Amino acid sequence: MTATNGDGGVQLARKDFQSDQEVRWCPGCGDYGILAAIQFMLPEVGVRPEELVFVSGIGCAARLPYYMNTYGVHGIHGRAPAIATGVAIARPDLHVWVIGGDGDMLSIGGNHLIHALRRNVNIKILMFNNQIYGLTKGQYSPTSEVGKVTKSTPFGSLDQPFNPVSVALGAEATFVARTHDMDRKHMIEVFKRAHAHRVRRSSRSTRTATCSTTARSTRSSTRTLGRNMLIELRHGEPVRFGAERELGVVLNELGEAKIVRVDEVGEDAILVHDERAPTRRSRSRCRGSPASPRCRPRSGCSGPSNGRRTRARCSGRSPRRPSSAVPAISTRCLRSAPTWTVA
Amino acid sequence: MNPAALKANLRDMPPGSTLLVNVDTFDQRNLDKAGYTSNPLTDGSLANHRVFEVPMTSITVEATKPLGVKPRDAERSKNFFALGLLCWMYTRPVEPLLDWIKRRFANRPEVLEANLAALRAGLNFGETAELFDHPYEVRPAQLPPGTYRNITGNLALSYGLVAAAQKAKLPLFYASYPITPASDILHELARLKHFGVKTLQAEDEIAAAGAAVGAAFAGSLAVTATSGPGVDLKAEAIGLAVSLELPLVLVDVQRGGPSTGLPTKTEQADLLLAMYGRHGEAPLPVVAARSPGHCFDAAFEAARLALKYRTPVVLLSDGYLANGAEPWPIPDLDALADISVEFATEPNHGDEFWPYLRDPETLARPWAIPGTPRLMHRVGGIEKEDGTGNVSYEPENHEKMTRLRAAKIAGIARDIPGVELDDQEGAELLLLTWGGTWGVGTAATRRVRARGKPVAHAHLVHLNPFPPDLGDVLARYPKVLVPELNLGQLSRLVRAEYLVDARSLTKVQGVPFRAAEVEAKILEMIEQ
Repeated sequence: MTATNGDGGVQLARKDFQSDQEVRWCPGCGDYGILAAIQFMLPEVGVRPEELVFVSGIGCAARLPYYMNTYGVHGIHGRAPAIATGVAIARPDLHVWVIGGDGDMLSIGGNHLIHALRRNVNIKILMFNNQIYGLTKGQYSPTSEVGKVTKSTPFGSLDQPFNPVSVALGAEATFVARTHDMDRKHMIEVFKRAHAHRVRRSSRSTRTATCSTTARSTRSSTRTLGRNMLIELRHGEPVRFGAERELGVVLNELGEAKIVRVDEVGEDAILVHDERAPTRRSRSRCRGSPASPRCRPRSGCSGPSNGRRTRARCSGRSPRRPSSAVPAISTRCLRSAPTWTVA
Repeated sequence: MNPAALKANLRDMPPGSTLLVNVDTFDQRNLDKAGYTSNPLTDGSLANHRVFEVPMTSITVEATKPLGVKPRDAERSKNFFALGLLCWMYTRPVEPLLDWIKRRFANRPEVLEANLAALRAGLNFGETAELFDHPYEVRPAQLPPGTYRNITGNLALSYGLVAAAQKAKLPLFYASYPITPASDILHELARLKHFGVKTLQAEDEIAAAGAAVGAAFAGSLAVTATSGPGVDLKAEAIGLAVSLELPLVLVDVQRGGPSTGLPTKTEQADLLLAMYGRHGEAPLPVVAARSPGHCFDAAFEAARLALKYRTPVVLLSDGYLANGAEPWPIPDLDALADISVEFATEPNHGDEFWPYLRDPETLARPWAIPGTPRLMHRVGGIEKEDGTGNVSYEPENHEKMTRLRAAKIAGIARDIPGVELDDQEGAELLLLTWGGTWGVGTAATRRVRARGKPVAHAHLVHLNPFPPDLGDVLARYPKVLVPELNLGQLSRLVRAEYLVDARSLTKVQGVPFRAAEVEAKILEMIEQ
C-alpha cells in the first residue's frame, strides 16, 4: 500500500515528508541517516503526513520533528513520552512517534520512558543512542561505557550503563528492536515493522519501542568495526556472526547468552533466534568477547494497549469532537445527590 | 467529647458555649492519654462553659442490647447517638438521616439496626432527659428560588470542567497524579467517562502536565490538577504551554506549604506561585474560586479563557473549598454560554499555514490539530518567529514575542467583568478578598454594618489580569484591607500595580479566618 496526495492519486515520496527547515546537525552525524531512513520509509507504508505526529524532548535527536513535514512537538527534556501519551490517548487515529537521545530517554526522562512502555500506549519510541551528551558538548550519558573519559568524567565514568534493550524489555515493551544508523536497509525494515506493529496486531497490541544505535562521525563506522561487532538477529535463524560466520551464541543452563566458536560447539548447539521467546531478555545482555557486540534482538508480543482501553471506556466518542452519541452532562447528573427546592 | 477531643478543641469554644461530653470516657486511662493531670469535669476548669455530661457509650450499649449486638460493636454506634442528640438540640429533621443510614448500611443489617437504635436513643435522650432548657431552631437561609443540592468544591469543579468541555464541543482530557486535596477531582472525573471524559493517572506530576500539553496539541480541552508541590513540578510543562500557546487548565487546590507542609490543611499561599512560578517572562491568566459551589463557575471560566486565548490558565481552589460543602443552586446547563472555538482548517498565508499568525483582536494563534491536511506544522519550546512559528534567535523577534504573549494575557481584561463590589454609602474602608476568603469577607462585612459602621467589600475572581476597573475602585477608598491566608500576597500585587496603601490581615494556621477576626481588624482600621 502506498499513500497518495489525494488529489490525483500521486504517490507520496520522501520529499513530501521533508520540511522546509535546514537540517542543522553536525556534518557526518548518524542522525542524518536516521532522518533519511524515516523519510524513505513513510511513503512506503501508506501513511499521510497529516496523520503523523513526531514528539521529541531536548537534545540533538530531538530536533528531528522540525525536519519532518508532519505535525510535531519539540517538547521539554525527557518529557516526550508523556506528551506523546497525551496525544495518543486523546487521538487514537494518529500515528505518534517519540524521538529522543539516550540522555533524554534514559536519564532525565527515564521514568516517563518506562511508564509509557508498561502502559502500552499507542506510540513508537525511537531512541538515538550515541552514548554521549551531544548538545551540551560531551558529558557521559546513561549508556556510556564504564571508564569513558568525558568533560564531566576526566578520570573515566564509574557508572554502569543501561542497556536500552534490557530496559525496554524489563518495562514490558511489546515490540523492541535495535538497528544501526549505517545500515539504511535494516533501519527501514525495522521502522516498517515498528509502524506495522499496531496494524498487524491491532486486535491486541499497539505500542512500539525501537532502539536505534547511531554511530557518531568521530567513532568507527560499522564497516571498520567489522563483522565481529554486529550480531544480526533474524527470527528462525541461528545466531551466527563474524567475517566467516565462525562465531555464534549459545545459552547455558541458566539461560545466559554466551559467545562461542561454532566449530568448537557444533552448528546444532547454536541458538536459533525466536523473537517471541521468553529468553530474549538474556540475549539483550549478551556481552563479552569479542569486543562487546551490538545485538539486534527484536521481539513482538501483545497486550492490551492503554489507548485502546481508554477508548473502550469512552465508547461512542469520535476522536476529535464529542459525537451526538455522547450524552451531554445533564441536570440529572448534577442532581445525583438529594435535592430540595426553595420557592 | 472525650478527653482527647476536649483537649484539642476547647480553645475554639468561646466562653458561655455549650459542651457535650461523653462522661463514660472520662476515666483515668483516657485522661492520662490526653495529658490531663486532673479531671476537667471536676476541677473547675470548664466553669465558663455549659457542660452537659451524657453517658453516651452506656446508653448506646443499652439501646442496642435487645438487638443482640455485642457491647464492643455497640460502642461503635455511639456517634449516631450523638447525632440524634444534636438533631434534637437543633430541631433538625431526622428523616434524611434515617434514609441515609438505611442506604449506607443496606448490606449490613445488624449494623443498620444498631445505628438506627442509637440515633433514636439520642433523639429520645434530648427530649426526655430535661438537661436542656430548650432546643435551638436554625431557620432556613434566605436563598434565591431554585433547586438546590449540597456540593463540595472538588465535585463542583469536576462538573464545571465537564460542562465546559461540552459547551466547547471538545473531549475533556484530564491527567493528574494523586495528591491531597486534589485527588477527588480525578476520582470524580474517572466516573464520568460516559460523558466523553478521558482520565490518565500519570506516573508523576510532570507526566500529567506533559500529557495534558500533548492532548491540547491534539485538540482536547486538557486539564491537569494538583496541589502546591505538584505545581512546582508542573512549572516546566506549563512554561511549554505558554510558549506553544495551547489551551490548558492547571488546577491548584492549595494547601499549607512550603514543601509537604500541611497536606490536609488550607492556605492561600500559592497566588504568587501561580502568577510568577515559571522561568522567563511567562504570564498566564489566574482565576480563583470563592466558594465550593463557585468552583463550577470558576472551572468553566478558566476553560473559556484557556480555549479562547490559547493559553494555560491557573485555577486556584484550596483545601477549605475543595472539601467544604454548601447548598448549590443546580445550574441550567442549557443557559451556559457556548465557549466553542474553531480549529483551523485552511492555510492562512497564501498556500502556507503559519501557526503563529494571530487573531488581531485576541492575539490568539490558530489551533490546527493533527489530522488536518495541509496544516502540518511544528511547535516547540524554542523561541519562534512571529507568524511563521519557525525557530528564531533574532533579538528583536524575542522581544516582540515576549511582549505579544504579555499583551495577549493583559488584553483579557477587556473580556472579564468589572470588580464585584458591595459598596455602602459613606464607606471609607474597602475590604478586598480573593478566593476562599470571600465567605468570611461577606460575613465580616455584615457584622460591621450591623454595628452601624459603613464598609465596602470587593471580591476578585480574576487575579490575572485584574478586572479593568480595579484601580479606580481601590482609589475611591482611603483605606483598603486585604485578609489572606498567607503573608500578604494579593496586597503585595495591588500595592505594586496600583500604588495603593493596601493593608494586610494574614493568618497561616491551616484554618480559615473567623468572621470575628476580620470584623475586629475592620473596626480597628475604621477607628484609626
